[in-house]
Amino acid sequence: MIDFFIAPLEYGFMVRALIGSVLVGVMCPLVGAHVVTRNLAFIGDALAHAVLPGMVLGFIVGINPAIAAVPTGVSVAMIIRTVSRRAGLSMDTSIGILFATTFALGLAMLSRATTIRVNMEDLLMGQILAISPTDIYVSLGIAAMVILGMFALHNWLLFASFDPVGSQVFGRRTSFVDYVMMVMLALVIVIGIQAAGIVLVMAMLVTPAATAYLLVRRFVSMMIVAAALGAAASVTGLYISYHFNLPAGPAMTLVSSAIFVLAVPFKRRAPV
Amino acid sequence: MSADTYPHSASMSLQDVTVEFGGYMALNNVSFDVEAGTLMGVVGPNGAGKSTLFNAIVGLLPVRRGKVTLHRADRGSGALAYVPQRDSVNWRVPVTAMDVVTMGRCCRLGWFRRPGKRDRELVNACLGRVGLWDHRSALMTELSGGQRQRVFVARALAQEASVLLLDEAFSGVDAGAQEGLVEVLQTLRDEGRIIMLATHDLTNLAGRFDKVLCLNRHVCACGPPDQVVTSEVMEQLYGAHGLRLTMNEER
Repeated sequence: MIDFFIAPLEYGFMVRALIGSVLVGVMCPLVGAHVVTRNLAFIGDALAHAVLPGMVLGFIVGINPAIAAVPTGVSVAMIIRTVSRRAGLSMDTSIGILFATTFALGLAMLSRATTIRVNMEDLLMGQILAISPTDIYVSLGIAAMVILGMFALHNWLLFASFDPVGSQVFGRRTSFVDYVMMVMLALVIVIGIQAAGIVLVMAMLVTPAATAYLLVRRFVSMMIVAAALGAAASVTGLYISYHFNLPAGPAMTLVSSAIFVLAVPFKRRAPV
Repeated sequence: MSADTYPHSASMSLQDVTVEFGGYMALNNVSFDVEAGTLMGVVGPNGAGKSTLFNAIVGLLPVRRGKVTLHRADRGSGALAYVPQRDSVNWRVPVTAMDVVTMGRCCRLGWFRRPGKRDRELVNACLGRVGLWDHRSALMTELSGGQRQRVFVARALAQEASVLLLDEAFSGVDAGAQEGLVEVLQTLRDEGRIIMLATHDLTNLAGRFDKVLCLNRHVCACGPPDQVVTSEVMEQLYGAHGLRLTMNEER
């Protein structure tokens, strides 16, 4: 049994993949708790697709794609927020426009970039086994920033999520807090894409947080339980992928979904 | 009332305030004054501009013409507190009564400061003042409509607000709980605060409020309830049905 866990760690790529899995499993659900309670799942999906042009540009100019994805994700997050506020459109509509535009731009860039060889499947489904030491450092840096931001702004984030109008009256900081929320979302998506890919990062963002939402009462407990479940799902998924020769992203997603299904009968929360 | 002796005394004056959205005049030349230590009811039919008025006062909506003057209640300083309509709150966020009242300390703290011992003591005291100390650990979704309103009032106390605006505060609140809420608001009024409460409920206006503002996109009347709730004003607010409301009240 111990061999099941220890044997794969003889390989350097598996150690990096394990560190990457824990980072994804913890960070995505931490921000995911806000995503689930604020109904931001669609925006999370959109941001994951919208970082494609940045990643492709990274490949073209020879920068680590995770680093190149950060400014793209952050800019798109800011643009979505601004367009929905200024243009008087609903958030969903703004997201729909920018999501399709940026993803299409990424695909067009990919088709024209003949000098690079990128496996589209790796971008869409993730390839945590190929995660590099630089990717790990980028993820650790992002994780530190996001945790610091969440700790410092916890009460404001909660206030803006719970009572957006009341918090706006409270001061002009609310719009800043909303922008910070979007930036943090874009940042954890960059971490998540490395493990789960553009399509499946949603699973890490939403499913553990949704499971925790069913099981615990308070928001802070929800964040802690979501992070624990996310880490458990991603590490379990990684080992399953190694031992049963499955792609890691889908394995993590399926474990996370299985935990959700198992949790449903034990839910403590009445519908709101 | 010698409200100047209290730390929370503020005053408010609106002069010819006009608010428009896309050519639709939501408020037209609205003028009235509210002095410190006033509990004011704002009544009027749906679409009368009650929420628009509150949004203009707190600065969420631009005023096209006219002026809102707040004395000793700067916007963004926490001196203005807004108790939202039930529909504008995201009840999916799992927060307890204590969490909500703690939010009231946000603007009094710096960006990276967490609530300390003094803040926690103040939060506890505010929950005690609105009679919800025993419910401090209850989730907001587990509380009744009246209790939720009182939690929001406690949040306003925690933020040390001088002006409280409560939008549709009696919506979904039973008669007994309404009276409980009014009692709490009257004690806060006695400390020099301005409290404005928008409501559709015309029951016992004289017993509840010092002043009533009758609004139907313009000010139909503003003053002590026994002077402004007349059949003419009710007709301006609610048409022919308004007359029947006045007759029932008189009976």
